[in-house]
Amino acid sequence: MSGVRVLVGTRKGAFVLTSDAKRQRWDVSGPHFAGWEIYHVTGSSADSDRLYASQSSGWFGQVIQRSDDGGTTWQPAGNQFSYDGVPGTHQWYDGTPHPWEFARVWHLEPSLTDPDTVYAGVEDAALFRSIDGGQTWQELSGLRDHDSGSSWQPGAGGMCLHTIIQHPTDPGRIFVAISSAGVFRTDDAGKTWRPTNRGLHSEQIPDPVAEVGHCVHRLAMHPSRPDVLFMQKHWDVMRSDDAGESWQEVSGDLPTDFGFPIAVHAHEPDTVYVVPIKSDSEHYPPEGKLRVYRSRIGGHEWEPLTKGLPQNDCYVNVLRDAMAVDSLDSCGIYFGTTGGQVYASADAGDSWTPIVRDLPSVLSVEVQTLP
Amino acid sequence: MIRVRLPAHLRTLAHLEGEVQLHVAGQATQRAVLDALECRYPMLRGTIRDHVTHQRRAFVRFFACEQDLSHELPDAPLPEAVGTGTEPFLVVGAMAGG
Repeated sequence: MSGVRVLVGTRKGAFVLTSDAKRQRWDVSGPHFAGWEIYHVTGSSADSDRLYASQSSGWFGQVIQRSDDGGTTWQPAGNQFSYDGVPGTHQWYDGTPHPWEFARVWHLEPSLTDPDTVYAGVEDAALFRSIDGGQTWQELSGLRDHDSGSSWQPGAGGMCLHTIIQHPTDPGRIFVAISSAGVFRTDDAGKTWRPTNRGLHSEQIPDPVAEVGHCVHRLAMHPSRPDVLFMQKHWDVMRSDDAGESWQEVSGDLPTDFGFPIAVHAHEPDTVYVVPIKSDSEHYPPEGKLRVYRSRIGGHEWEPLTKGLPQNDCYVNVLRDAMAVDSLDSCGIYFGTTGGQVYASADAGDSWTPIVRDLPSVLSVEVQTLP
Repeated sequence: MIRVRLPAHLRTLAHLEGEVQLHVAGQATQRAVLDALECRYPMLRGTIRDHVTHQRRAFVRFFACEQDLSHELPDAPLPEAVGTGTEPFLVVGAMAGG
């Protein structure tokens, strides 16, 4: 019987939530790596038992954990992330040059075809790849070597590479997103990159339509339509129909177009989900009402989804990596909050139930649909 | 025999309980002790000191014999009581937070 495994990274450990396909009763396992920040836990689509976790702490730095049995047991993998060559500098907050310094792994993205190949998006922004199951890591330095690299600047949360999207059939094409540099695309498996931010408009930078410098929070793609990308930017929800060559705003009638995560329905490539947040200085839902918004037509027109979600005095945030979907017949949607709740909907967002209510602050949510 | 006491998070990471006992050839120094520790427990590499520069991580401290040895040079001899195993070499996560 098929089932679902929800992988949750929190400020103080990782949790694995499992259910059968009904998604009504959940087993909660954890905390794994108790006391450590778990920025991301994810699984390989080529081998659902292969999981990777980014474990870090201000005291003891970065650890990568790997599981070969679906999260029952874990083994530390390699944790040496050395920038290629002489790292050079990027811009610091005050505009001065600042040496590239590794801080942590924000996001792990396993290859679509090989469980031993996995990409890591790190702070300070760079892309690494392992082809030996996480034992060793090599930087794909063509990204940071882009002409604009020395001008990249951190946002308030640090300068992180947080989104990695692989083209489903063309192994040469990968999209990444960096806060706050923007979207970059490679068509040669990471050797060379170019920014793909045309159409983005950000009042928070000196040139609002600059080629580079936008604070992109998250990208999403449906694998059946890989030229269509959706973006939650610092402000604005955006859409590209030409693989990032150009972007159009689709915020439409959202109550606010600030937010962090964005996700696409597993079976309906024009059904998109966002969680509007009041503003960049008030990181909580407007009016204290936690609402997921769904568009059935790829943007512009959005409907609030509230059934089962708190509609009074709710002031949590939902971070960029903290929403995901399953691929069961009735698509499940999941998100975690900074208040420690993980909400699930087994009916594409029409109604919601908390799986768990009192975890540490949730940093990431990933979902595996199990055979 | 050198005795090394690790903080709880690193003991969990290395799947060990209690103190570590290490044979260190020659003079007992921070570098020699940490080299031997990382050789036996490779998962600790990068968690106490940098992989490449071997610089101590900022929020890690080294104590022994009621002294803070964090700022001693890596090749400075450790106290004799550490070298003989009378006193442990302590790797400590610095106090932080509120």
